[in-house]
Amino acid sequence: MSIDLSQFHQVFFEESFEGLDIMESSLLALDLAEVDAEIINTIFRAAHSIKGGAGTFGFMQVSGFTHVLETLLDQIRSGERDIEQVYVDMFLECVDCLRGLMSDLQAGTEPDMSQADDLKSQFEVILSGDTEAGTEENLAEEPSADGTKPGSQEGENVTTNDSEEKGWKIEFIPCEDVLCTGNEPYRMFRELQDLAEAESDGSIEVIPHLDQLPEFAKMHPEMCYLSWTIIVRSTIELSDIEEIFEWVVDDCKITYKRLADCDLSILEEHHKLGSDSEAVESETIESEVIESELIESEVIESELIESEELGSIPEQAPEIHAAEVNEKIEKALEKVAAKTAPSATKKPATKAAENTSIRVSIDKIDGLINMVGELVITQSMLGQLGQEFDVSRIQRLQEGLQQLEQNTRELQESVMKIRMLPISFAFSRFPRLVRDLSKQLDKEVNLVMLGENTELDKTVMEKIGDPLVHLVRNSLDHGLEGVKERTDNGKSSAGTITLNAYHHGGNIVIEVQDDGAGLNKDKIRSKAIEKGLVAEDEQLTDGQIYDLIFQAGFSTADVVSDVSGRGVGMDVVRRNIAELNGSIDVSSTPGEGSIFSIRLPLTLAILDGQLVRVGEEVYIFPLVSIVESIQLEKSMLNNITGSQFVMQLRDDYVPIVCLQDIFNTDTEKKDLEGAMLVVVEGDNEKIGIVVDELLGQQQVVIKSLEQNYQKVDLISGATILGDGTVALIVDVSGLNNHSSDKKSDEQTQAA
Amino acid sequence: MATILAVDDSASMRQMVTFTLKGAGYDVQEACDGSEALKIAKTKKFDLVLSDVNMPVMDGIELVTELRQLGEYKFVPILMLTTESAGDKKMAGKKAGATGWIVKPFNPEQLLNTIKKVLG
Repeated sequence: MSIDLSQFHQVFFEESFEGLDIMESSLLALDLAEVDAEIINTIFRAAHSIKGGAGTFGFMQVSGFTHVLETLLDQIRSGERDIEQVYVDMFLECVDCLRGLMSDLQAGTEPDMSQADDLKSQFEVILSGDTEAGTEENLAEEPSADGTKPGSQEGENVTTNDSEEKGWKIEFIPCEDVLCTGNEPYRMFRELQDLAEAESDGSIEVIPHLDQLPEFAKMHPEMCYLSWTIIVRSTIELSDIEEIFEWVVDDCKITYKRLADCDLSILEEHHKLGSDSEAVESETIESEVIESELIESEVIESELIESEELGSIPEQAPEIHAAEVNEKIEKALEKVAAKTAPSATKKPATKAAENTSIRVSIDKIDGLINMVGELVITQSMLGQLGQEFDVSRIQRLQEGLQQLEQNTRELQESVMKIRMLPISFAFSRFPRLVRDLSKQLDKEVNLVMLGENTELDKTVMEKIGDPLVHLVRNSLDHGLEGVKERTDNGKSSAGTITLNAYHHGGNIVIEVQDDGAGLNKDKIRSKAIEKGLVAEDEQLTDGQIYDLIFQAGFSTADVVSDVSGRGVGMDVVRRNIAELNGSIDVSSTPGEGSIFSIRLPLTLAILDGQLVRVGEEVYIFPLVSIVESIQLEKSMLNNITGSQFVMQLRDDYVPIVCLQDIFNTDTEKKDLEGAMLVVVEGDNEKIGIVVDELLGQQQVVIKSLEQNYQKVDLISGATILGDGTVALIVDVSGLNNHSSDKKSDEQTQAA
Repeated sequence: MATILAVDDSASMRQMVTFTLKGAGYDVQEACDGSEALKIAKTKKFDLVLSDVNMPVMDGIELVTELRQLGEYKFVPILMLTTESAGDKKMAGKKAGATGWIVKPFNPEQLLNTIKKVLG
């Protein structure tokens, strides 16, 4: 029977990457002054599992490399060796190296072993420092170089003599509690018999010795008081016999002799005794194997395989649908995942690794199954109602439909939850990053992470990783001051970077906060003027100045360092976040630090929308972006320039735009007075949008326009409504930028 | 058919072991650490227990010790899955009452051969 091991590779890679993450975070958490044994154990276990799996699944390079790592870890674990900083650094290097190897293997390419070989030889130097020889050689010899088996040596030294009787005489004196380890002598004899009888003239004879049997009253039923002499008549190798007794060799007495060298008088005696002793032997064995009958009880099997199959369904889908993009709306959920897949990472090697499977807790699956059960009940109830329907039962129908709606919504929520992962997945890389960077920049930094259990859609999580790294790098490089500057300013020598995640309305907010010098307004301003982003005499609010750092081609670092300034600016960060329907803004206090806040939708697949009608068309606004909806009154309106109106909304002035103008729908233009206005907020700015009518609110499944048609400015996606018509989803942030562009255009013209 | 409880914290190992054993007709149940295995073992008696040594929460050695204290599992064969570098682990396992071991890395054939021998 042959089994294709490659079917388990994916799971192996996934758990190995997880193991590496655990190793990394544990190494970082390690306090050398007070070593926590459990942390060392955890690190060891992770390395050990990777080694075991790699060996089993045929990745010998990885298992060979991990072996030396494991050996050193084992010495540390057992207290033979103290852990030192240099080891921690080496282990961290190994983690990186193993990640690389695994990614290569996963992508199906031959891994580059040069770094691994370097590290391996470094480890070997350390290990050979106080152990006499390489461990591997010793181990290879271990089974045969065992002093407790004098017989084996003796046997091997004798040259085979064909004229003499072939085979072995085995003296087997088990320890008394051999049965309590589940080792049944009968099984070994049976194996010996199988081995011997594989040859046509092979045979075995088992001669029990009863001399050690105590008196009946002193006999303990679980103990084994028998010993045996076994005559094997066959040409089998000693090593094959030794293998059979491998598990008991250490606590039982076993000697092997070639039959040719033996005095076989014992046999004659045995034959004389005949069937008597045979009977005793088998009877004894029978009584020993009697075990209490098992009580079968029902066990609910919660097999992981099953849950993982379920969990992987949404992931397989993208591959199927990527080719045939113009699918139906029902598949929009998968589509969104597919859309994000190609840009999920810059590293081509790990691209294959993304979006392959998702680990889902059994509770979520159970909830889902429960929900489906309810749906089935509702369906059968409605079915029954439909069969014998008359108008008098309309109320029951309505109730049924209501129930159906609730079921659907609950089911949807549960399905969405499957894709939700705690943000700690995205945060986990930062301790290492901050540690390495602060070393490199010679700064002292504490990293604080809050709200790590806040859940976020997996796709959003994957896409937010890189922008977050960029922000943290920036905060470390530009935000936090050096130790001297900090102490000179009366601050603690160590700076703090805080990552905080929390839910706010239908969004998740992630903050990257530092207690550094804060953004330098003058520097930003002069830089912006130098780059021609703003006019020299332009008056800007603090917010507008800070906002400049998100403009393309803006960098304030005097020296482009190795850490930041890799050509990826904050503009890319903002764009990445905007692609996720999110926004980023910054607030800063000179001398006290800056806070970058990212707001992201919880999921990309479904949106709570407000349907509005403009002319014949129906548009959708994301409900979260709507501040309020009001009817315009003349007293609220102010005409600033030409056709541009603003409205006074309490203390704010809100620009007003007509969707007709923007989307060029040919409907007659109505008077603004009395018009219905939806005030939306995007990118921290409010804007009033004139619509003809507010329709209902409903959840809509977002379908990407870019994937199915092309990118359309000011439209973030589309959906299909209950009646089958397509409605466009308005990109509120885009609309805001559009309106401010227009405003400044007009201002320039006016000037 | 004989029932086997397979205990390993590594999902890929569990899958491999389960797939192999089920393919050979055994009835397999999985547990991802010693304490889960112990819980399952208490509800149902298995004909054989196959356990990794290094596991979080409760390791394989502890599991064997605990199992041997249950009347039901006094004589049930318990095999440890262990790596060749862990010679002392083999001994610790034996001392705790393990029947024997299967050395990692092993392939499905080796696994089946050993299990067939033990279960007869």
